[in-house]
Amino acid sequence: MALIEGIFEPGLAVTSVDWVLNWARKRSIFPMTFGIACCAIEMMAAGASRFDLDRFGAGAFRATPRQSDLMIVAGTVTFKMADRIRRLWEQMAEPRYVMAMGACSISGGPYHLHGYHVVKGVDLVIPVDVYVPGCPPRPEALIEGLIRLQEKIGTHTIAKTRDNFGLKKKL
Amino acid sequence: MTVLEIVDILKHRFGADLVGSVVEGTHPHVVVRAEKLVSVCEFLRDDEKLRFDLLRCVSGVDWMGKNLIEVSYDLISIRFGHALAVKVILDRAKPQVETVSGIWQAANWHEREAFDLVGVQFVGHTDLVRILMPEDWVGHPLRKDYQDPVEYHGLKVKP
Repeated sequence: MALIEGIFEPGLAVTSVDWVLNWARKRSIFPMTFGIACCAIEMMAAGASRFDLDRFGAGAFRATPRQSDLMIVAGTVTFKMADRIRRLWEQMAEPRYVMAMGACSISGGPYHLHGYHVVKGVDLVIPVDVYVPGCPPRPEALIEGLIRLQEKIGTHTIAKTRDNFGLKKKL
Repeated sequence: MTVLEIVDILKHRFGADLVGSVVEGTHPHVVVRAEKLVSVCEFLRDDEKLRFDLLRCVSGVDWMGKNLIEVSYDLISIRFGHALAVKVILDRAKPQVETVSGIWQAANWHEREAFDLVGVQFVGHTDLVRILMPEDWVGHPLRKDYQDPVEYHGLKVKP
């Protein structure tokens, strides 16, 4: 820092573009208003005043996929719903994130073996970033998942690295 | 009014069209001939002393061993507070019965559900399409001999 010390006005901070972008992104994750089954009740509780997702910048549930960054798949994904979920996910602007909340959306849960109508995990339909286990998970677990997602967003970089060089990495 | 009295009224009115009745137990019901279902239901709704004004549920039951399909209509009278179920027994190969959605509007979606999951054909229904399963689903999942499809829209149905 010695080289640039004293060059700038006081009150100016120097940091990387990555850090600023990630800082802004991970503190304004807008989830989609999207609850499929009983897990949605816990998601609503997490969004309400007692647990208050707004503390993490994730309390603004958007009513359209075009304004959302995060899809919390909160509930049982049926085959009928799977096509709709795929379509909603495709409408979300990148970077987009998916959280599989609860046993059903992770693996089919109680419907895994004998359910004739349940997709055995939403990750067969769309890519999932964070899995939150539970049946249903407590709001604390959902908040934990959200913090994990923030950690994941914090590792993103806009620079070309060896890993993503030449490849447009789909998130 | 007790179930016994209701069944007596029905016996008096419909005679041999009343195939059977169970008065005791948790689910008192009468079994009627399938062709007479609509007239029995109309009578149950409109009779001064009965007034079954609410259809609570329509359920299809698959009796694979007996080669029968049963449809059960659960009725309740809000005005008098009495309840009764009406059942019809159908052939499993061709389960067909007249719709009662003209008598109680509630029957419309219930009959669609019974069609979707058990495969009962409701003759005269205004819009008999699947209600729970996707429209291009094959088969009726609550039939006892139902075979799961291998995959649906590229997703495996069984793990």
